[in-house]
Amino acid sequence: MDFNQNFFELFGIAPAYRVDPIRLEQAFRDIQAQVHPDKFAHASDAERRLSMQWATQANEAYQTLKQPLGRARYLLHLNGVELHEETNTAMSPAFLMQQMEWREAIGEAKAAGDVPGLEHLSAKLRAEIAAQQQQLAELLDNDKNFQRAAEVVRELKFMEKLREEINHALEALDA
Amino acid sequence: MSYSTKVLDHYENPRNVGTFGSEDEGVATGMVGAPACGDVMKLQIKVNKDGVIEDAKFKTYGCGSAIASSSLVTEWVKGKTLDEALSIKNTQIAEELALPPVKIHCSVLAEDAIKAAVADYKAKHGAMVETAACKG
Repeated sequence: MDFNQNFFELFGIAPAYRVDPIRLEQAFRDIQAQVHPDKFAHASDAERRLSMQWATQANEAYQTLKQPLGRARYLLHLNGVELHEETNTAMSPAFLMQQMEWREAIGEAKAAGDVPGLEHLSAKLRAEIAAQQQQLAELLDNDKNFQRAAEVVRELKFMEKLREEINHALEALDA
Repeated sequence: MSYSTKVLDHYENPRNVGTFGSEDEGVATGMVGAPACGDVMKLQIKVNKDGVIEDAKFKTYGCGSAIASSSLVTEWVKGKTLDEALSIKNTQIAEELALPPVKIHCSVLAEDAIKAAVADYKAKHGAMVETAACKG
């Protein structure tokens, strides 16, 4: 095994946003089985240490690639595009205005104890997230437009936050 | 996560929450968002004819630190010229509120909101700002 491999190479899959989750999981399980501590019970200290490093590497790779946003972020990183999520605050005004409207609608529905309203918002959000993910797949895998893809990933981070907010509101209303 | 006393104070009693009326003159808006946490912040400034910010309002959807950071900057920008407002740095905000490292991005958001509001004002009133600056 080669520590210079990227996470996709480690699992022997093509670097893409669209991945087969079953194949990804199987590749991870295969590596896990190879580096399982039981197999190294009688090995030298150096070999044991190496197998541990592999297990850690495979685990990090799997956790990164398993989630769509983690996979997108990693693909962008491989292509030299960083998201700067902590410091890049310049989202498009239209997008931020929409975010404000979403937050207001969630806040109002929560204050009014409007469970059907929140569920309606949740369904609408799911549809928007699905459309965004579809767009992200096109941008990353087909168009190779990594700058635009980075914008969509940043937008999806806000959508994830909205999903959490709706879920918290529904939990608070005990729905 | 434990918040500092100052964050709690601003969080529980936020200053200057709201939105100016669309008919108000000299109003400019800065909207920013932090992908790291999904927080969104809107900062509005009301600038008088001398180029001084006489009032400010904010609306922030985010954690306590984001709300406190925006509440604090609405107090800080009042009475300042646009250039003075632009000199406010996120490190000053973070220091004043004793923000922990994981919440520094909230202060970055507030600094960028000021910049965005001033940029919006200058875009709308470019000529007037120049005149005011020449007089000063």
